[in-house]
Amino acid sequence: MKQALLMLGCWLALWSTQTMAETETTPSYEDLLIELTEANLNTTQPILEQIEATEHPDVLVLFKTLLDGNLNFRKADQALISIIDINGTDQYTEFSTGTAIDPLGRRDVTKIRVNNNLRNYLTSAIGRLQLTSPNPELRKAAVLSLLDNLQPSTAAELTRLRTEEDNRSVLASIDLALAMYSAESGDSTAAKITAIDKLSESLEPSARNLLFSLERDAEDPAVQDAATEALKKIDGKVTFYGYVDQLFFGLSLGSVLLLAAIGLAITFGVMGVINMAHGEMLMLGAYTTYVVQLLMPGYINYSIWVAIPAAFIVAGLFGILIERCVIRFLHGRPLETLLATFGISLILQQLVRTVFSPLNRRVAAPDWMSGSLEINPVLSLTYNRLTILIFALIVFVALLLIMKKTALGLYVRAVSQNRDMAKAMGIKTDRVDALTFGLGSGIAGIGGVALSQLTNVGPNLGQAYIIDSFMVVVFGGVGNLLGTLVAAFTLGIANKFLEPITGTVLASILVLVFIILFIQKRPKGLFPQRGRASE
Amino acid sequence: MTLWQTFLSRRNSLGSPVLPFVTILLGLTALAAVGNLWFPPESALHVSTYTITLLGKYLSFAMLALAVDIVWGYCGILSLGHGAFFALGGYAMGMYLMRQIGSRGVYGDPVLPDFMVFLDWDVLPWYWLGMDQFWFAMLMVLLVPGLLAFVFGWLAFHSRVTGVYLSIITQALTYALMLAFFRNEMGFGGNNGLTDFKDLLGFSLQADTTRVALLISTALILAGLFTLTHWVLKTRFGKVIEAIRDGEPRVRFLGYRTDRYKVALFVYSAMIAGIAGALYVPQVGIINPGEFAPLNSIEIVVWVAVGGRGTLYGAVIGALLVNYAKTRFTALMPDGWLFMLGALFVLVTLLLPKGLAGLYGQLSTSWKRDQTDQHPPNKEATS
Amino acid sequence: MTLKPILQGLTFAVASTVLSTAAIAEDPIKVGVLHSLSGTMAISETTLKDTVLMMVEQQNEAGGLLGRPLEAVVVDPASNWPLFAEKARELLTQEEVDVIFGSWTSVSRKSVLPVLEELNGLMFYPVQYEGEESSRNVFYTGAAPNQQAIPAVDYLRNELGVERWVLAGTDYVYPRTTNKILEAYLMDLGVAEEDIMINYTPFSHSDWQSIVSDIKTFGSAGKKTAVVSTINGDANVPFYKELGNQGVSSGDIPVIAFSVGEEELSGFDTSPLVGHLAAWNYFQSVDADANYDFIDMWHAYIGDEDRVTNDPMEATYIGFKMWVQAVELAGTTDVDAVEQAMIGQTVANLTGGTAVMNKNHHLSKPVLIGEIQDDGQFEIVWQTAGVVPGDAWSDFLPGSRMLLADWAPPLKCGNYNTETGTCSGTVY
Repeated sequence: MKQALLMLGCWLALWSTQTMAETETTPSYEDLLIELTEANLNTTQPILEQIEATEHPDVLVLFKTLLDGNLNFRKADQALISIIDINGTDQYTEFSTGTAIDPLGRRDVTKIRVNNNLRNYLTSAIGRLQLTSPNPELRKAAVLSLLDNLQPSTAAELTRLRTEEDNRSVLASIDLALAMYSAESGDSTAAKITAIDKLSESLEPSARNLLFSLERDAEDPAVQDAATEALKKIDGKVTFYGYVDQLFFGLSLGSVLLLAAIGLAITFGVMGVINMAHGEMLMLGAYTTYVVQLLMPGYINYSIWVAIPAAFIVAGLFGILIERCVIRFLHGRPLETLLATFGISLILQQLVRTVFSPLNRRVAAPDWMSGSLEINPVLSLTYNRLTILIFALIVFVALLLIMKKTALGLYVRAVSQNRDMAKAMGIKTDRVDALTFGLGSGIAGIGGVALSQLTNVGPNLGQAYIIDSFMVVVFGGVGNLLGTLVAAFTLGIANKFLEPITGTVLASILVLVFIILFIQKRPKGLFPQRGRASE
Repeated sequence: MTLWQTFLSRRNSLGSPVLPFVTILLGLTALAAVGNLWFPPESALHVSTYTITLLGKYLSFAMLALAVDIVWGYCGILSLGHGAFFALGGYAMGMYLMRQIGSRGVYGDPVLPDFMVFLDWDVLPWYWLGMDQFWFAMLMVLLVPGLLAFVFGWLAFHSRVTGVYLSIITQALTYALMLAFFRNEMGFGGNNGLTDFKDLLGFSLQADTTRVALLISTALILAGLFTLTHWVLKTRFGKVIEAIRDGEPRVRFLGYRTDRYKVALFVYSAMIAGIAGALYVPQVGIINPGEFAPLNSIEIVVWVAVGGRGTLYGAVIGALLVNYAKTRFTALMPDGWLFMLGALFVLVTLLLPKGLAGLYGQLSTSWKRDQTDQHPPNKEATS
Repeated sequence: MTLKPILQGLTFAVASTVLSTAAIAEDPIKVGVLHSLSGTMAISETTLKDTVLMMVEQQNEAGGLLGRPLEAVVVDPASNWPLFAEKARELLTQEEVDVIFGSWTSVSRKSVLPVLEELNGLMFYPVQYEGEESSRNVFYTGAAPNQQAIPAVDYLRNELGVERWVLAGTDYVYPRTTNKILEAYLMDLGVAEEDIMINYTPFSHSDWQSIVSDIKTFGSAGKKTAVVSTINGDANVPFYKELGNQGVSSGDIPVIAFSVGEEELSGFDTSPLVGHLAAWNYFQSVDADANYDFIDMWHAYIGDEDRVTNDPMEATYIGFKMWVQAVELAGTTDVDAVEQAMIGQTVANLTGGTAVMNKNHHLSKPVLIGEIQDDGQFEIVWQTAGVVPGDAWSDFLPGSRMLLADWAPPLKCGNYNTETGTCSGTVY
């Protein structure tokens, strides 16, 4: 009711302005909306500009709906309909009245399309509309969205807003925008050079782009020189942060390798089973994540906390099953476990292909894992990589504690070092074997949860990681968890620092050749296991 | 003791399994050849060209299985990288066949293969020189895998890399080669590999007679290598090799340079794999980096395990059987054949530790006695 | 007297029933399906197997072909390239199929090709590919580079004002060719060498951190930058996830892909990718009744409303329809007759136009450019005015500029050299 009144008021106001300026024939907001439904992609922008100019209170909502791709119109009467997906069901709303309506068939509504040009326009228009938003984050984003398109009017508006602004970070971005404006269109060379000096402190890509174009196109040589100086200063910092970035990439790749390999460090490293089905345990973990998300739609953000234990249990149970049914009959014949587990891996792959189809499954990322931690405009650490890095370390420490501090860990170590003696001491070796294999598989399942956030969840997921996993475990030293950790991070960082020099493929080849040569030098890996049974 | 068993297990007598093996192999090949060339397609005795090419492929795989069995079954070296030697031999043959195409390629360049024209290369890379000569290409079929095996084996065995470590680095070797051959800059046709072959020594590869001739050559070479290997393993060298399998440190303490024996055997095995690759390529018509895939190498080991390692004929039987099963299953149940194949591997490992070749002995002796001799004295890698 | 017409009618009815029973009882026409159902390519190819089976079922419901029922023969070449050749031989000689629908990767097609030519088989290849080939025994119903890459670059230049280019691809023949063609094309248009960055990655590459960060750096040089991606299948998901995470938005650096369709997108959450582009000859979102009918048919066949359709499915659809028409025209399934009858066949495509089979065994199709939406679908933002005929040999490669494919008499050659006037390669 309130909205309707407001609308009426607006409409009256518009109507009155329209009657006053009859000769100019400015189309009304409503007319423009009709025009919008008739426009094609090339004619949409002028209409949107006119809509923005009406300063109608609904413009912000309209633009946001349009930007999100939720704005449609009914073919029958050209009325705007917003279709919003809420927990998997489409909710149809009449845009002008805000009333919910019954769903329509896909042949009855047409979507109002936007392309990248329109999207850019909408983003900056929304920026302009949000400059006075009460939320400082939004204000800052609004200012930054204006950087690439600074008009005298926006500069004036920013200058005015600057006096009212009290948030430091927003102030800084306004200053940057104003500096960029005066560097390009300042009154005098001196003003331009001062502005450029200010810009040399900023790492914002837009500022850098501006400096590039100034260096190239500025009429005044003094301005050109200043731009060159500023760029030099910026480039130095950019190079430094580039190395920091590379280091982070290396650590991140290392953490992925660690998660992929850590389960194998138990099943292969500690138990000596050449577990070719290890990759499929990762795959089972990833598929568990998918199933958990299916079971709790609408709770994607929490699903991961359910998925981690679920994946541990599912993969762990599969592991125990495999150990009980196959591997326990192969004690003392490690190379033959390779064949049996290879067979199992084929069966498991075909199993998920039959149950889930050969297509990749969609695993959504929780909100808190998307986006990045922006340290400065050229260095930002993506949250999902950061989370996975921390997660990998937590899993590692947890596993280390299990192995060193619990009774199970003690038994596992005892059995792996001297099975007969352990048996003589009263350890139920059968049970320990099953539990150890289950533990290794379960940990692999947890690794699979993390991988589902990075890569395809499909039947081939395991295949992609099996070789890397073996390399990590062998390089680190079979049976040594700490070795696995060091190996994973060494290989990750080496790969990432080689990549820019040699290209991706050569980097992988070089790393492999390095491992081959390293094993010749130290046949038992980085940290050879010491103990009576280790030869 | 049946006749069949006598036939297969007369190991200590002069004839050994060599004679029956060679007789059966060559006999069947001759039958297939006659069936294809002499009997018209309508005849019930006709053997289709499809069967001939399949047989040729199976026999190449059998030769490859033989190569793996030599190192694994007799010396305890589990190589997960024999696919690399096979593929290198195949590439050498493929390069010869590419050069034979001459100006019949799609771009009509008299010297450069199509993929080089396409990458804008003007001259043949140096490693392609001489490959138009059959003898040179055949030399390369032996030398390239042999040399790689020598360098790799020398490094690995010299520094006493054994057991699973060795298996994993052979896997790394073939994986690295796969990545390398996938690169188009390498000059081996990248992912597409070498294909569209026309003729071999002037004979068209599409003619039935050439196909039969290739099958017969494969069978003859397989028979020859089988005999040679059997003889090699009977010599003093072979005895040392088997002793290394059963207890390398002891042999070393007795004063043998075990690493040299192992390198020699590894090179021999790699060359056989290379020959197998060279025979495989003209019969299937393509060689590409997929052959280097680590999974392929694992599969070879599986053939040997299924057939029974430590017996040469077991490896051959395993390769033939698994590949035949694969051909049948992929046609009969395209959606479920991996279940069958996977189950086969698991069951064979669990129930037939000596493979099919050991099945007979297992059935004929009592379970208890079997238990005692089931585990071979070699305990490969202990961990 | 009054009985006679009734009797006549009855006889006629009986006779026609007998006739039609005889027709159905006749040997079925066999359709070979050569798509990988296991291994790495199963992800993409299984859908095409289902599409062919659906088309066969539909054709049988409509009364079969030439009065004979169709029978699909499915084999699994297991993503193993030599196995493709072996299975093709099996289909042609053991199963004696009349036509094969199959292959996805170029290498599998190259592997099958000699077998097809030797045994004079007929194959329909439904995937976009690098061109540089025209076999008498193959009909290419996917896009050639000039039906995808060139219009895409034109769109980026003209509509988005792109001046700086990243050509990123998987290291195999399709991306290599496409990038070579594009490089030549861009240079012709006056793009400087330092404004083109070319990057190749191995198959199934999963760690894209460095490359995406390089792209960001390359794109911050003051000129509008776009990425032209020929990254293959399963490397795309981690690539796009990394783009989303590093905040490369379509507004800053749009990515246009030639191997990413609805099916690839159905494997992950596309909300961070909204606005990135793809160029195809078909999108599921096309607003045309033929398309809606096809989607309904697909959903009914597969029994899952969530399954998407994609460009290779349309290519399979067009190929199948054309083959049926050509067989009807020729009155036989004989390969030589059908091959000639195929040329000039037209089929209503799913985007509302008409696809034509040209003399070079490639189709004329429209080119569409779509932007990724958050529901995994594409929004069509541009399309060619008419249809674009597929080029077997690119005009932008020095080695193939003068080559011409024309399978109609009198030329009957797949690689006719217009400079020397000769037909190299296999001669018929």
